[in-house]
Amino acid sequence: MMTDSKTTPSAGQTVGPFFNYALLRDGDNDLTSDGKAVGEIIIVEGQVIDGAGGPLRDVLLEIWQANAQGRYNHPADAPANSGDRELDENFRGFGRTLTDGDGCYRFVTIKPGAVPGEGNQWQAPHIAVSIFAAGLTRRLVTRLYFPGEDANDADPALSGVPEEDRMRLVGDVAEGSDNTVRFNIVLQGDGETPFFED
Amino acid sequence: MIDDTETQENREYWEYEPSSQPPYLTPNYKSTVIRSPNKPQYKLPRTLTETTGPLFTQDDLVADEYDLSVNAKGDAAIGSLMVMDGFVTDEDGRPAANTLIELWQANSAGKYHHLMDTRDAPGDPNFIGAGRAVTDSEGHYRFMTIKPGAYPVPNSGNYWRPPHLHLSLFGRSFMSRMITQCYFPGDPLNELDHILHGVPDVDAKERLIMTFDPVVGVHEHALGYRFDIVLRGRRATPMVG
Ligand SMILES: [Fe+3]
Repeated sequence: MMTDSKTTPSAGQTVGPFFNYALLRDGDNDLTSDGKAVGEIIIVEGQVIDGAGGPLRDVLLEIWQANAQGRYNHPADAPANSGDRELDENFRGFGRTLTDGDGCYRFVTIKPGAVPGEGNQWQAPHIAVSIFAAGLTRRLVTRLYFPGEDANDADPALSGVPEEDRMRLVGDVAEGSDNTVRFNIVLQGDGETPFFED
Repeated sequence: MIDDTETQENREYWEYEPSSQPPYLTPNYKSTVIRSPNKPQYKLPRTLTETTGPLFTQDDLVADEYDLSVNAKGDAAIGSLMVMDGFVTDEDGRPAANTLIELWQANSAGKYHHLMDTRDAPGDPNFIGAGRAVTDSEGHYRFMTIKPGAYPVPNSGNYWRPPHLHLSLFGRSFMSRMITQCYFPGDPLNELDHILHGVPDVDAKERLIMTFDPVVGVHEHALGYRFDIVLRGRRATPMVG
C-alpha cells in the first residue's frame, strides 16, 4: 500500500481579480473550431449574480463537455466503453471565458450527446462548469442541463438535487432564438444555483 | 497515445480533506461574505464527465513561455530575477506529467498588467507577468521570472497582500483542476494575509510557501525557489465493484 506516502493536495486559493491577461485568449469561448465541429451549434449565455443581487464582473468560467455523440476527448473515455460514440477532430470540449462589466458571459459550442454514467445508467446531455472569481476562495462546480430533455428526469446528478432546485440547473430557451440556452449563475441567496462537491 | 497513467483513469478519486482547503466563507476576506453559497453542496457521482478533462502537451506552448523576465523582443523586466522550480505529483506521489501550469503575477512594484489595477505604482513595459509551462514525464516544471512586489488592497484598512504568484493547473481531469497562489518564505506580510490564512490546516498553509533553494537558481544570475504542487489523485488500489 502507498497510503503512508499519501500527501493531501495543495490548497486552492482565489483566482483574484487580475487574471484575464494570463488565462484568456481570443476564441477561447468558441468550442466549435470556427463552426467545423459536428452537431447542433448552440449559444450558452447568462449572467453571474452575487449575494447582493448585483452582476459580478471578471468571473472565470470554464466548461467541459462531450461532443455531439456523447464522447469525451480523453483517453478515459476509451474505445472499449465508448460503443459507437466517436471522436470529432474539430471538437475538444473545453472552453473558457470571463464575465463582462454586466456580469454576462457567452459560449459558442455544440449540444452534447448523452454520456454514460455509473453502471449501465446514462446521463442526460450536460455541460460541466467551473467557476472561479475574486471572493471565491476556490472553485465552485455546477452543471448545465438542457430544457425539454426526457432524460433529465432520470439523471443521477440532477436527482441528487432537491426537486425545487433542479430547474435552476436546466437552462432556459432564450426568447427569439432557437439555439440559445440561457443559464444564470447565482452565487448566494435568492435563487442560489445548486453547486456540487468539488 | 498510451502511457502508464491511462491505466489509472478508472480508479476512484480521493475526496478533499476539508481542512486542507479554504472554506468558501472566510469573513476576514471580505468579498467572500456575499459570494460564498449559503446552501450545502450536493454529491456529484464521479462519472466520465469528472474523470476526463482537457489535456495539454509541450506542443501547446510557444517557445520560452516559461520565461517571464524578458518580453517578446528580449528586453529585461525590472526586478530581482528568480527561478521557480518544482514537481507536480498526485496524492500518492505519482508524477503529474504533461500538466499545464499557468502563472501570473504583479511586477516588482506590485502592479498587475491589467486595466483594472489603477493604483499609483509604476507599470513595467517589459513585464507582462504571464507565463506557461507543461510538466515533463517526471512532473517537473521551471519558470524564470522576477520577484513580485506586495500591493495594498483598496478600502481594506491598509491590508497589503504579501508578494505572491498565481498558479493554475489542470492535471488529468476535471477532478484535478485547481487554482492557487504561492508565497515567499520569511515575508512578514504572510502572517497577516487573509487569503493564505483562509486555509485551516497549518501544514497545508505552509505548503503554499516556497522554499528558498539556491540549487535551483542560476549562479550569479537568479535566486532559486522550490515549489512542489500536489494535485488530487486516485487511490493506489483499484476499487472493486
Ligand atoms: Fe494577486
